[in-house]
This record gives sequence, C-alpha cells and structure tokens, in this order.
Amino acid sequence: MKPEELRAALDPSAVDWVDEAMRQVWADPGAIARLFPRAARACGRGPIKDGWTADEAARALLLAALPADRVAVEVDRLYRYGDASEKRAVLRALPLLPIGDAGVPLLHDAIRTNDTRLVGAALGAYAAHLDAATWRQAVLKCVFMGLPLSIVDRLDERADEELRVMLAGLAEERAAAGRPMAADATGLLHRLAGTALRKEA
Amino acid sequence: MRIFDPHIHMTSRTTDDYERMAAAGVRALVEPAFWLGQPRTSVASFTDYFDSLVGWEPFRAGQFGIRHHATIALNPKEANDPRCAGVLDVLPRYLEKDGVVAVGEIGYDSMTAEEDHAFAAQLALAIEHELPALVHTPHRDKARGTERTIKVVAESGIEPGRVVVDHLNEVTVAAVKDSGSWAGFSIYPDTKMSPPRMVEILKQFGTERVLVNSAADWGKSDPLLTRETADLMLASGFSDDDVDLVFWRNPVAFYGQSGKLDLDDIAPGASFEGNSILRGGS
Ligand SMILES: [Zn+2]
Repeated sequence: MKPEELRAALDPSAVDWVDEAMRQVWADPGAIARLFPRAARACGRGPIKDGWTADEAARALLLAALPADRVAVEVDRLYRYGDASEKRAVLRALPLLPIGDAGVPLLHDAIRTNDTRLVGAALGAYAAHLDAATWRQAVLKCVFMGLPLSIVDRLDERADEELRVMLAGLAEERAAAGRPMAADATGLLHRLAGTALRKEA
Repeated sequence: MRIFDPHIHMTSRTTDDYERMAAAGVRALVEPAFWLGQPRTSVASFTDYFDSLVGWEPFRAGQFGIRHHATIALNPKEANDPRCAGVLDVLPRYLEKDGVVAVGEIGYDSMTAEEDHAFAAQLALAIEHELPALVHTPHRDKARGTERTIKVVAESGIEPGRVVVDHLNEVTVAAVKDSGSWAGFSIYPDTKMSPPRMVEILKQFGTERVLVNSAADWGKSDPLLTRETADLMLASGFSDDDVDLVFWRNPVAFYGQSGKLDLDDIAPGASFEGNSILRGGS
C-alpha cells in the first residue's frame, strides 16, 4: 500500500481532516505529537482496505508528511508515547517511510510484548530488516499466541531448516500435551519437511 | 444487569478478576492512575505505568469483553517527591489518548504545598484538554480535606459538573453535592463504605450525580462489590432502572463529558483477525 492508496481508501470527511493535518505537519513537524493521537477520533477506526483501518491509514499519512530528517526521531517518540493503536499504526507505516533500518528497535519492542496486535504488526514487510534468529522466534511466538501465519510477510521465502526444527519441537510438545498445533503452522512444518526430504534425495 | 465500574485499579488485579467481573455484569470500567504501594523515584516509572494503562490493560480487559478506559495524573501522595515533579510535563501526551477520559486521581493526601501546586496545575490541564477530573479525598482529616478540595475546584474555574469528588461518606457527601460536583463512593470490605451504608445514602441523597465504585486495588478490596451493592439496592426496593442509572448511565454521563467514551460493540472474546488470545505466556 502506498500513501496515495491509503488516502484514496478513506472517507471524504477523513480525507479532509488528514489533508489539513498533513498541512500542519509540513508547516510544523512537532504538531504531529498532538495530531497523531487525535486521528482515530477524527477519522474512525473501521476497516478500509487490505487489512488497514481508517485510523492506521490516517496516522501513516501523517508520518509520511514528515520531512525526511525528522522521520526517525518522531517515529521513535510517537511509538514510545503511543497507546497500543498508535504503536500498531507506527509499525504498519514503517515500510512506507524513508527510515532505513532505524525502526528495527521498535520491532524488537513490539515482539517482546504479549499484545497480539503489536506482535502481528511487527511481522509485515518491514520485518525484512530483522535478523533471521529474531524473525524465527517471532514466527514461533505467533504460533504460540494463536496468530494466523498469513500475517507474516514472505513466510515461505524466509522459513528455513532452523525454523523447521523449532516447529517440529513445538509440534512434539503439543502432541505430548494432547493439544493440537494450529493448521497453518502444521502446514508450514509439512512444507518445510518436504523441502528437507527433497534436498536429501 | 450492566455495570460500569468508574474507579478500579486493574493493574493490581488478576486476569481471573476480569473473568469474574465479566460474569457479574461488568462491561466497562475506568482505571485511574494512582500510587502502587511502593513509591516511585523517577518519571520513567510513571510513563511505563501510564503506557500499561493505555496499552496492556485495555488489551487484557478486551479478552473478557470489558471496555477499559483510564484517567491519568500525578497522584497527590507522589506529588510530594521532587523526583516525580517532572511527571506533570509528560501528562499532555497521555491526556490526548483515546482511552483517557479524565485527569485523575488528583487532590489531597496530606494537604501540603506541593499537593496544592500539583492539584491546581492538573485542574488547569483538565480545562486545557477538555477533560473531566477525578478528585480523591484524603483518608486522614477527610472532612476538612473535602472542604478544601471543593474550594480549590471552585477557584480553578473548571465547571463543577465536570468533577467527581471520590471516596465520600455520610459526613462529606452533602457539601460535595451542594457544590455541583458529582459524588463518588468507594465500596470496601472493611473501610470507607459498605453496601448497606451506600444504599442508605442513595435513599437519603438520591441517585442523581452519584458514582459508585469498587476502587479495588492491591489492598483488601473486592471488584465485585459494585454488583453486591446493586443487588442490595434491588433488595431494598430500588428499581432496575435506578440500578441502571447508578451503575451504568451515571458513569457514562460523567466520563462521556470527555467526548471520548467509546462503548460501541462491547462483546466478549476480543480477537485479532479471528483468533482468540486468551492464552498468555509466550
Ligand atoms: Zn483509587
């Protein structure tokens, strides 16, 4: 999703608010501190497109309006002082921002939480910046928390032998406890096991 | 029966309490920022606490279909520690949050000059951020503390109807009601106020502009005393509508003055993309 597409998916009244708020951020980047929390009250919280909600889209557009040299510092502060919805919006906006890998510490923070909305939002396209060990742990945490693996960006591309071993261990523990593992995790395990067998052959 | 607990410190309660509260009819609550028993010594301890009031606690409450809101403030007890004075500077960030429906708990603990300063400064913040205020009355010297509280509220310029003065009893209720503010009562197992005494006060002073809460926290307290009081109201001749007024419409009217109360589609089993997340511990 590009910023223009997010804007186009908003209601006309939300677009009016966002356009005015973006003008304020262009004129004074510090204004984002007060506008960012207000976005949900002004634009609503309902789903709009491709898993985005109106408040997330509005907040992503505000971040996209920041001058390039202010993005990293404001993103950091908005996440630090954000409520859970604001934190989630920051995480989802990361791939749209000229920020390089400066947002990686925010992903680490989100993955440490026990809030499924934050863990899920940390595994989008920006997770490409995560090292393999952190990424595998985060995927496994999704399985533990019952999050659908469809939220993980480029899952099959990044899933490797090490993740297969971790999933197999979990499957074994679950079987011993008489509890099933989620179907999507079992499916991934089977796909990875199939790849491993083909490599051996 | 639907219950809105307008004052309860869920941070100090277990997830089992959320479950029991939901079963008893609690659908919404307000968690005021207060002290945690152990004094804090830095601003960062407060911001982490405030973060949990707008992050983790609403998430935990959501698992049981309970809508969680917060009030944010530097509490009177810790306002006396100069190391915590900087908390006043970070409050504006938090007062803008969707889930923050009032400034509180503010007011007096020992009635010091530092408490005077923090109380007045935070009433000014309530006006600036267009929020109501939750004012705690001291446990010691309560009658004089309540009198002084009413005076400071009047001097601040905040509309008295946007203030609830809490932890009242038979001695302090009349002055607060006369001042135009809301009267708050905390039902405790041993101290403060019991369900039978509360029902007597409701008979005498009526059900308008009254908030009844459990104020359950880390002390000896009980999050189900709202329900027990509601049941006793019914047994004492109050109607279902009276109970609904006291335990739902009154808190909705009071905190609704923030313009931020969001009680749409409250339903059990909040989930992320269809997956229940009642299991913790990952
Ligand atoms: Zn309290």
